[in-house]
Amino acid sequence: MTSAALLTELRQKIPAAHLLDQAAQLAPYESDALTAYRARPAAVVLAETQAEVVTIVRLCHQHDVPFVARGSGTSLSGGSLPVEDGIVIALNRLNRIVSLDPQRRIAVVEPGVINLDVSKAATPFGLYYAPDPSSQLICTIGGNLAFNSGGAHCLKYGMTANHVLAIKAVLPDGEVVHLGGESLELVGPDLAGFFVGSEGLFGVALEITLRLLPRPEMYRTVLAAYRSLEAAGNAVSQVVAAGLLPGALEIMDNLAIQAAEAAVHAGYPRDAEALLIVELEGERVQVEAEFAHLLQVIEASAPYEVRVAKDDADRARIWKGRKSAFSAVGRLSPDYIVQDGVVPRSHLGEALVTIQQLSAKYGLRVANVFHAGDGNLHPLILYNGRTAGDLERAEELAGEILAMCIGLGGSITGEHGVGVEKRRFMPAMFTPTDLQVMAELRQAIDPREVANRGKMFPLADAPVLTSHGAHPLELAGVISRE
Amino acid sequence: MAAGGEVIAVDSTAAVQDAVLTTRRLLARGGGTKSALSAPLPETTVLDLRGLSGMLEYEPGEFVFTALAGTPLQTLATALAAHGQYLPFDPPWVEQGATLGGTIAAGLSGSGRQRYGGLRDFLIGARYVDGQGRLIRSGGKVVKNAAGFDQHKLLIGSLGRLGVLVEVSFKVFPQPQSYSTLRIDAGTMGAAVDLLGRLALGKFDTEALDIVFDEDDAPAVLVRLGGWSTVLPQRIASLRAWLGRGTPLAADEDLALWRQARALAWLPAGTAVVKIPLTLTEVAPLEDALAGTGAHRRYAAGGNLAWIGWPGDLADLEARLHMLGLAGLVLVGQTTKPLIGVRTGENLAARIKRTLDPNNKFPELA
Repeated sequence: MTSAALLTELRQKIPAAHLLDQAAQLAPYESDALTAYRARPAAVVLAETQAEVVTIVRLCHQHDVPFVARGSGTSLSGGSLPVEDGIVIALNRLNRIVSLDPQRRIAVVEPGVINLDVSKAATPFGLYYAPDPSSQLICTIGGNLAFNSGGAHCLKYGMTANHVLAIKAVLPDGEVVHLGGESLELVGPDLAGFFVGSEGLFGVALEITLRLLPRPEMYRTVLAAYRSLEAAGNAVSQVVAAGLLPGALEIMDNLAIQAAEAAVHAGYPRDAEALLIVELEGERVQVEAEFAHLLQVIEASAPYEVRVAKDDADRARIWKGRKSAFSAVGRLSPDYIVQDGVVPRSHLGEALVTIQQLSAKYGLRVANVFHAGDGNLHPLILYNGRTAGDLERAEELAGEILAMCIGLGGSITGEHGVGVEKRRFMPAMFTPTDLQVMAELRQAIDPREVANRGKMFPLADAPVLTSHGAHPLELAGVISRE
Repeated sequence: MAAGGEVIAVDSTAAVQDAVLTTRRLLARGGGTKSALSAPLPETTVLDLRGLSGMLEYEPGEFVFTALAGTPLQTLATALAAHGQYLPFDPPWVEQGATLGGTIAAGLSGSGRQRYGGLRDFLIGARYVDGQGRLIRSGGKVVKNAAGFDQHKLLIGSLGRLGVLVEVSFKVFPQPQSYSTLRIDAGTMGAAVDLLGRLALGKFDTEALDIVFDEDDAPAVLVRLGGWSTVLPQRIASLRAWLGRGTPLAADEDLALWRQARALAWLPAGTAVVKIPLTLTEVAPLEDALAGTGAHRRYAAGGNLAWIGWPGDLADLEARLHMLGLAGLVLVGQTTKPLIGVRTGENLAARIKRTLDPNNKFPELA
């Protein structure tokens, strides 16, 4: 791959201050939150305008040089891993909230806008942006869109795709398209829905129209401690069977509880084998009625301790522990892999038993934090990258967990995407025909395969897998892997 | 034999694949409730999917079901109701025989989408046969899934032009125990729109939020709440106090009213039925553009969805939509071009069409 000619043209068309091509400048862009992979790009362009992004994409297409668009680099599947000698388009400076219309409950944002900043801007109007990946303090809407990010509220509120109404995007061959519209309804194929989750392979979103929701009048949150994971899993089934639709249903196991307690003192019962968090929200009288019923259901599920959040501060403390659990578990081990498989909710108990057995078989500790409401598991496999063979064993264990998820009728990824990490599992989930059609769709949209080359498809060249420890931002406690 | 071509009735996925491979041009049809979309086209074989019917998997505790595409919505609604669940996107023409596949291909949701979202928010996976007879899976059977390109999203609103749906998976929710509706006679259209704007930012979790018109063409706002019967009267009273007015409907009236909405029974026979996506700020301009045309209107989902009963020439309506920058879909009526008004993403759609249907087995998208 020769990018010298491209770099020359880029220097002519992009202000020098926006172009990084020195080794020391490129180093921070060599990997994302999946730190086991690393690749050095030829250059990083810090795009400041949508027009610059279009220019870069067109040049990359002309010169047949692959590019990777990137936000804050929090991808856990290696989704924003650069292509060796390719171009990285950094979008963090493209961070304007173009408009926010409370009456129509929509916000138009550029891709570099940080997830939580959308809700912050909407708060004065009593609105918020629902998708809440744990990295929402730093991850960007562009990255959320590319990987169809989730969070703790997906059963009731859906994923990113359900909150993106319209997209202005530059396709990999430089064509600028407008997909979807401002209405919640649409006619014709749902092209915006198709674009979301395409992992950067369909090009770069330049402007995104988001649906905002009214902030619920009231939240009620309860935390229940159990002597076994199975008991907590059964409680989830009973809550659902009771006809309740909680906004969030989360479970943490003892290892995760210990770590979270050590990190943020959330006030969790430290000796619990499993902790269940259930949250209801909506109109006050409705929530109060449902919550009284929820507490009866929880009491009947034989927890040994139940705590109801007394106020907003109490609720925030419960969630802080939950959202920091991943980075906290990182304190227990020099390295870890986060998995993201999904199983049908009724198989949660079975899945957890299998994970415990696999943990024993491989001699590696596995902590569990998961979105019980939607069956999205996040087993955290702890290993030491300095111990020969440890990373390989951890990867093998992770692979067995994904195989189990597929076997139970689930998915290899609930919200992190395939990226580079799970490419090899695609053939286990999809038939050769399914994959062939996906490849043809990609060809139709990106004939030269310049956009995020090497991601999602199983036959792409594998980058070198090495252990590099945690991401610097993660060590600083800014991001977490979930 | 239907006018314009033969009809092939299929009862298996293999039969669908075979039909695609052995016919020159074909269009899938379910219950035929949307005549503008399923009427026989010249030299086009009709693929009757009503035989491809039935629930395949339904585990109520999962909030998910998988069914064959030709399954009538009514069959599903009955099966879900037995477990206190429902299709939250509230598709139209349930009792009139609409099928799952036809509803997806037309991309239709109803007034009840106000609470939790539309069709695109509940379809989680599909298997479909493309124009080359290939059976393709997209998405999955779990509510959260980020693997692969979501082609099932493309099939929403695709009008059978990209592929034939054979099997679909949906997320479902528990249905509210009971419902109650408040009717507010707005007086003017401006007042009705203002009311929707206030409610959009209010604390009330509305199941439906529509503007309807009485015989004198005066607008009224219908606000439907749903939930536990023990607290519903209190919530309705609180809503009424917040609005300062409103007439609560009796329980049987509420049920009848929304059943009629689902059937689009308020439309007189003989008019074309057109769906128009829009936003609240576009309601008043559309009203102005339709003034004096004799068009019947209903604005649903807080002003995101207009249903129009159009008495005249559809080209006339299309011209008005163009001026407003709006798009429409003709569901009932005489037309060979059901998509009218302003379109977006046509070039991308064309690339996708060439990929999935290179031999034009299905009608053109445009």
